[in-house]
Amino acid sequence: MTLNTSRRGFLKSAAAAVAVLYVGARPDGAIAAANADGAMLNPFVKISSDGTVTAIVKHFEKGQGPATGLTTLIAEELGVPIEDVDYEFAPSDAGTYNNLLFGPFQGTGGSTAMANSFMQYRQAGAAARDMLLQAAANVWDVDMAELSLEDGVIKGAGHEAPLAEFVRAAAGITPAAEPRLKDPSEFRLIGSANVRRKDTPPKINGTAMYAMDLHLDNQMVVVIAHSPRMGGLVASFDESDAKGIKGFIRAAELPNKASVAVFAENTWAALQARDALSVEWDFSAAEARSSDAIRDQLIAAVTADPEYNVSGTDQAEVAARIDGASTVLDETFYFPLLAHAPMEPLTCTIEATADGGVLLHDGCQMPTGPHMALSQILQLPMEKVQINTLFAGGSFGRRATPDADYQVEAALAFAVTDRTRPVKLVWSREDDITGGYYRPAFAHRVRVGLDDSGNIVGWDHRIAGQSIMKGTPFESFIVHDGVDHSSIEGVPDSPYNIPGQFVGLTDVAKATTVLWWRSVGHTHTAYVMESMIDMAAKAAGRDPVDFRLALLEGGDKDQARIAGVLKLAADKGGWGKAAEGRTQGIAVHKSFDSYVAEVVEISGDADTGVQIEKVTCAVDCGIAVNPDVIKAQMEGGIGYGLGHAMRDEITLTDGEVDQSNFPDYEPLRIGDIGAIEVHILPSTEPPTGVGEPGTPPSAPALANAIAATGLRVTALPMINNGVEFM
Amino acid sequence: MALTLKLNGETRDVVAEPGTPLLWVIRDELKLTGTKFGCGVASCGACTVHLDGEPVRSCQTYVEDVEDAEITTIEGLNSDISAAVQQAWTELDVVQCGYCQSGQIMSAVGLLSENAKPTVEEIDLYMDGNACRCATYQRIRAAIQRASDIMEA
Ligand code: FES
Ligand code: FES
Repeated sequence: MTLNTSRRGFLKSAAAAVAVLYVGARPDGAIAAANADGAMLNPFVKISSDGTVTAIVKHFEKGQGPATGLTTLIAEELGVPIEDVDYEFAPSDAGTYNNLLFGPFQGTGGSTAMANSFMQYRQAGAAARDMLLQAAANVWDVDMAELSLEDGVIKGAGHEAPLAEFVRAAAGITPAAEPRLKDPSEFRLIGSANVRRKDTPPKINGTAMYAMDLHLDNQMVVVIAHSPRMGGLVASFDESDAKGIKGFIRAAELPNKASVAVFAENTWAALQARDALSVEWDFSAAEARSSDAIRDQLIAAVTADPEYNVSGTDQAEVAARIDGASTVLDETFYFPLLAHAPMEPLTCTIEATADGGVLLHDGCQMPTGPHMALSQILQLPMEKVQINTLFAGGSFGRRATPDADYQVEAALAFAVTDRTRPVKLVWSREDDITGGYYRPAFAHRVRVGLDDSGNIVGWDHRIAGQSIMKGTPFESFIVHDGVDHSSIEGVPDSPYNIPGQFVGLTDVAKATTVLWWRSVGHTHTAYVMESMIDMAAKAAGRDPVDFRLALLEGGDKDQARIAGVLKLAADKGGWGKAAEGRTQGIAVHKSFDSYVAEVVEISGDADTGVQIEKVTCAVDCGIAVNPDVIKAQMEGGIGYGLGHAMRDEITLTDGEVDQSNFPDYEPLRIGDIGAIEVHILPSTEPPTGVGEPGTPPSAPALANAIAATGLRVTALPMINNGVEFM
Repeated sequence: MALTLKLNGETRDVVAEPGTPLLWVIRDELKLTGTKFGCGVASCGACTVHLDGEPVRSCQTYVEDVEDAEITTIEGLNSDISAAVQQAWTELDVVQCGYCQSGQIMSAVGLLSENAKPTVEEIDLYMDGNACRCATYQRIRAAIQRASDIMEA
């Protein structure tokens, strides 16, 4: 490294001007390169003739690790130390930085960041490496095949020089369409436990820049007075009491009549002025139901015949199988609305640019949505809207609304100003908890028939809830024949061999705005599937692990992989060997093409108080690009799943949200889980998601442990359904 | 009103209305944004700063009440204990989104300042008010123990 640095220093002073090589993909997906002047593509990697290498990260960083992961891919194939590669977030350009799994749409979600970038970023790194090697081969007049690039140094045929010396020449070389990628046996960084997070340093000394931290010269802060009920409109408002607040600028109704924007010189003045504002609301079109009514409606829907036959099987035939069974299990489940509550409340800033356009500063999860929304609201062509992506303080899905809700709010607020001052939108925690876009409430009813020997002979499964995808740009990908796949994922496609399965779905009318929430439909389907399987094992008098393994003996790869993590978790978690006073529960689920099993070990019981002592997790997510980031995502996914299952729900009274802040939407706390241990199953399959798949098995594994102490919990959260926690 | 604060070893003149939470003076007036806004009601710990070395929630601390105190924010940490904590946080890659971590570190430094060798129970009790929505708790706990070892070495 010292060698590199000193040579780089020398080169810097020697070079007249810095040349820059960009390698990325053209809109048609082909690998392409450009130098600084003719850059017609948006690159994945940028190499400058002073030796600095920068990965351009197209997925936003909310803690799930792409800044580290995508940088690793570049460093691996290029042949430079990871410490020497910087990263920056990509600008908004759906043609180039689209999520390959989303179509022409740039965004992060569905745990796809690594899955859709793995080949793309490696190819860019490999193409850049080959161009540098070819440039060196030309200069030294040797065969490129004799040269290699390692630790930033090109070597071979008796020569040796840092890559920096060839950046200028490499910019003139056409990249190979299919550059040679490393064989997994050659990986130094992919799979290494020694690659540290790239974003740790700024996040432990207060310098990391989140959207909330942006402070532009002359900015105004705007907070929004929202209708207390979904769908309410502003009838009138009075700002007289706000006028005495120092720093208050003005209040204005937003053009969509949904809310009043309160502008001030700073955040505290804006928050206070909003408190002082009085607004008369027109609730004639607003939601007026209470969550109890919504729950009753959902439960009625799963008790009746479903709207859609999802499985395509014969409902009457399955019912007959169950009616003729020797044991019938019949359970109804209910899952409440949930808020995401990312740690950083929603915020973004819009400022006018010198070219008459605007720049949005945002911890932006799906740039294409706000990009189009700002263009429409502010009546600017797309190329006059730019997005600066900053760190995001968590999301769990909340920053990715198909209608770009908070960026639209900021744009509407900006639109009612003279557009000379930057406008920073700040949501309070109360705005966040009461602001809708919840995980929809769902009900399930499942009837399972078992024969004398404890074999499943029929499974009638009905699901009711509000569709997330209908009416969004994702509808055409995910809704087929009226069935929103995200409402039922994990049930009809269960890897278990279930003979005679019927699955029905009923969509219920809109009660609130709803949204994907870490692991989407799997948040409820895994709970129901893994609770029912556990009950079936008990009814059959079989061990829950053996019972599951027997249902996975179909011989396909899916079943083998899910059995693999089940066995690993059972083994590492000491399944069946719990200490005196401890009880275990297990669950396994596939989501986002990853397989996760978890053993939850508790002490106590529902009456005296449950303490989660330990969670043991096994994950198969294909090639483990960064094992430590994967472990961290499992730990976080487990905590997120358990915390909400234990304690949280959003309820409505006459259309108004009852909760408002952390005291009544209580986060998981440090003492809630004794320990989490994560084991990664080695794999050579392509990498799959890790941000979400840790969540689905966590709550049912806990429920199964509690059930083993005597109480089967079929409605969440647990504390409102008979369980005490220590 | 005009106030003089002692912050991170310097004196800083600020103008703020009485009743303004210290959090907003630090963030909006002094533009030190390492101290975070998470809830505003003392239930998440993201806004934790030190007053004379003791962790407090700056969202529920009025600016006029702290004129006599030494205020330390994450940017002003500068002690053997804070160095040990930041080293441990780095070794264990504790952070995910990172938004809660300034507050976590301020509390961890507070804990280790009064108890150099805390047990797991003591850690859980002391850190209970610092929420992490990314659930990095397991690593926070391990990093505090690691920092304690570093301090001892
Ligand atoms: S912002 Fe102060 S405790 Fe949450
Ligand atoms: S790291 Fe995201 S909230 Fe703690």
